[in-house]
Amino acid sequence: MLAAEVSNEVQGALELTSGFFLENLWLAALIPAIGFALILFFGKKMPNGGSEFGLASMAASLVVTSGAAWQWLARVDSGKEKGEEAFGLLQTFGRSVPRAAEGGEVKPYIEPVITEWVWWQNSGLEFGIGSFADGLSVLLLWLVAFISLLVQIFSLDYVRGDRRYTQFFAALTLFSSGMLVMVMAGNMVQLILGWEIMGLCSFMLIGHWWEDKYNSHSALKAFFTVRVGDIGLLVGTAVIYFASADWIAENLPGQSGFDITAIQAWALSGDSSASGAAIIVGASALFIACIGKSGQFPLHTWLPDAMAGPTPVSSLLHSSTMVVAGVFLVSRIYPVFWEAFNIANGGLSFIAVIGAITIVAAALLAFVQDDIKKVLAYSTVSQLGYMMLGLGTGAWLPAVFHVFTHAFFKCCLFLCAGSISHSGSHHSFDMKKDMGGLRKHMPVTFGAWIVSSLALTGMIPFAGFWSKDEIVDNVGNNGYTFLMWVGLFGALLTAMYMTRATYLTFFGEPRGAAAGIHHDDDHGFATEFHETILHAEDIDRELVTAGAPAKSLSAAAAHSEDHHDDDGHDDHHGDHGDHGPHESGKLITVPIVILAFLALTSGFANPTPLVHPFGVAGESVERIKTYVEPRAVPVDIEVVGGVSHADDHGDDHGDDHSEEALAPASVDQLSLVGNGVLAADAEGEDGKKEGCGFTTPAEGSVCFFPAVSHAVPTYGKIALALIIVLVGYALAGAFCVAYYGRKDERLVGLTERNAVARGGYLFLKNKYYLDILYERFIVRFVAHPLSKAAYWVNQNVLDGTVNKVGETSKNTGTWIYNNIDQKVVDGAVNGSGTVASETGHGLQSTQSGKVNQYGALIFGAAAVGAIVLVILNVN
Amino acid sequence: MLAANFLLLAAVLFCIGVFGVIARRNAVMVLMSIELVLNSVNLNLIAFALMNDDVDGQVFALFVIGIAAAEVGVGLAMVLLIYRNRRSISLDELSELKG
Repeated sequence: MLAAEVSNEVQGALELTSGFFLENLWLAALIPAIGFALILFFGKKMPNGGSEFGLASMAASLVVTSGAAWQWLARVDSGKEKGEEAFGLLQTFGRSVPRAAEGGEVKPYIEPVITEWVWWQNSGLEFGIGSFADGLSVLLLWLVAFISLLVQIFSLDYVRGDRRYTQFFAALTLFSSGMLVMVMAGNMVQLILGWEIMGLCSFMLIGHWWEDKYNSHSALKAFFTVRVGDIGLLVGTAVIYFASADWIAENLPGQSGFDITAIQAWALSGDSSASGAAIIVGASALFIACIGKSGQFPLHTWLPDAMAGPTPVSSLLHSSTMVVAGVFLVSRIYPVFWEAFNIANGGLSFIAVIGAITIVAAALLAFVQDDIKKVLAYSTVSQLGYMMLGLGTGAWLPAVFHVFTHAFFKCCLFLCAGSISHSGSHHSFDMKKDMGGLRKHMPVTFGAWIVSSLALTGMIPFAGFWSKDEIVDNVGNNGYTFLMWVGLFGALLTAMYMTRATYLTFFGEPRGAAAGIHHDDDHGFATEFHETILHAEDIDRELVTAGAPAKSLSAAAAHSEDHHDDDGHDDHHGDHGDHGPHESGKLITVPIVILAFLALTSGFANPTPLVHPFGVAGESVERIKTYVEPRAVPVDIEVVGGVSHADDHGDDHGDDHSEEALAPASVDQLSLVGNGVLAADAEGEDGKKEGCGFTTPAEGSVCFFPAVSHAVPTYGKIALALIIVLVGYALAGAFCVAYYGRKDERLVGLTERNAVARGGYLFLKNKYYLDILYERFIVRFVAHPLSKAAYWVNQNVLDGTVNKVGETSKNTGTWIYNNIDQKVVDGAVNGSGTVASETGHGLQSTQSGKVNQYGALIFGAAAVGAIVLVILNVN
Repeated sequence: MLAANFLLLAAVLFCIGVFGVIARRNAVMVLMSIELVLNSVNLNLIAFALMNDDVDGQVFALFVIGIAAAEVGVGLAMVLLIYRNRRSISLDELSELKG
């Protein structure tokens, strides 16, 4: 086989290292899945209610993913080390490509390590299940395992004594497993599998305290809203599969339109099927799924309500798992979106527009929230908007980097909120009512909160600065000036709402529970009743009236008729002896401190500004760029086809198993596609960009990733971003001191006096009326008439038909009964009965019981027989 | 001619036997009548054996005598039991059928 020969040659030349963990990455998802089963079956019998299984499986998963991350680094490095040698050797095989000495840096395409078993096979269609290890998946797998482990440690203390402790850990473990399955998916079907597992588990976890109607309502809302988007996932996958089928069958035999690599190669192939309406429809459908899952603008409403779940769930959901799934999907099959939305030529993509709207819309909503977790929820939505904005404008690397850093500081912020409610505010999340002045009581939580907030707002040198400002910078660099300003405006809003939340929580006068006042000391009937009323009100989505908000500040503990959304959600687990605010225990503070440390340092995984303009480090510090971003290099199609063919059946580990990096194609191809080796930043003579994703790869080669460009930060841009953040701090800080602290008369009651202010406030307080739109209008004017029409059809058409059919059959039955059944059948039965009876009566006399009579009959018969015999024999 | 005499005697015996079976009410008498019928058959068998100068018929007759003995044994035992139960061996009174 020709392909095998080629691949062998390349293999001899460019053998990449692999390793146990990379090839057995599926263990990272399988172990938590087994842990889930163990918790389910044996959890109740264990001394710690099954949490030890969850912790052990997540720890094992972390070991596997850490090992895989380590081996992936070694694999990329081995490609770099052997690169020149490989290209030199390639020349001897008649493939001439620029040597490193001539053409600069050698960056070969690093082939992902794929381990796959056939899962389903039918009529030429097959897809597998297994693991797919490349930079993106290894990064996210490690992130998910790490965050999940910390959250589980946090939960040990946080949900201790909960009535469904075991089930909580079971669902949490399965949830992590689902995310791991999705991230390591090598084909779309496995991706959907993991995606749906997460959807189910999020429903179970958000509705963990389902006895409260509000909670089960929120769980349903989350589930249904996400399902609206999920339809897009199925449609998109099917559209992409059929659109790409012909090209893949012709060029990559042995792969199908479900395989991620095949989809990537197809999207960038320049084939007519990859530039028509089909890919636009497919990409739009897939992105609708991401809107639902990642809480983008019109479908973000489920995310704040998902706060009804226990805080560790919110923390896990909002940092590294559920909501990141949509961002991951876009970044995983990025070429599809790149082609469909014409990102290469600066097209204003669906993704970028939605992302930009989400940033501002969610950040504004965060201002009017009194519930600390809801502030963080809207903050998450806003940050996800940044990621989508980055992806939609070609800033792939900063977007993925932001996923990485955001996970740490957002998880930390949520755990801080949990810690506050656990130990500081007596299970309340209401910042206005039950917090304030907590910094003295909870120094560790306060410190971690400040570090994470600085990271979230993008202050140098915290993590958010390196990633978020990179996104904004790249958006501008790729020609989207307006969207860049939207991003900067979002940064201003972020700084302001975080300042407000920090002020309300940690500064000022202690209020409510934070001051030691317990509005629900007796935990009795009154409290329960109270909660029910409030939650019912929330479900009804009562329009917030203008009078309510202004009052809420004057007497903090006195009024509880409004904004009382989540109070008491977490007080389902026993009473603590100590009622005053105090610092949380070790099991809670240790994860928080670890995350705060990472919120401070994780930005240094890819600190681009350090290289330029600061110039204090070389390019080697851009580790995410080196190890995670796929190389936009055209690859010989025969090599890919041959390799992929051998890989389809993962029973042959080791020998030819994805050991080889794929070398850039031969020189004539390269001359067509531009300088492939340097494609990442190459520009043609007329200023038009060339390379993968811009020009069609030459005959016989494929690309797996577009040659995205990278902005070069300047002092001016960095200073602008930082000034905006500082202005945000200052503005919000001054407002908070004046409004909440001194109760400035010009500000207090403004929403009552000023119509514009009141209108804006109500608009935000009612969440842009989206919930009302969905529930009052869409549900009422679309679903209601629909259900009415359906009812009418049901009553008149269906029931009429059914009734008519019933009546007809009844009439028919009656006629049959009277005529056929009674006369024919019964007649026949009765007739035969009568005949039998009469015959019996007739023959009764012969059965006399008299032996002599019987004897006479026997001999009479014998005599007759004898006579017949004689007559017959005479003749 | 000789054979015809035997056959005539056998026919007379047979008819007497049949008459006894049909007409007698005493169970023992019926059994004796059956014996007559069987022996008329024996006579026939032996007559034909002589006529054809073949011993098979006589052998057959011996079998019939043996079976007849067994039959009478069983029959008498039944009669004895009937008598014990009903204090009568009249076949007329034996019937319990309502016909």
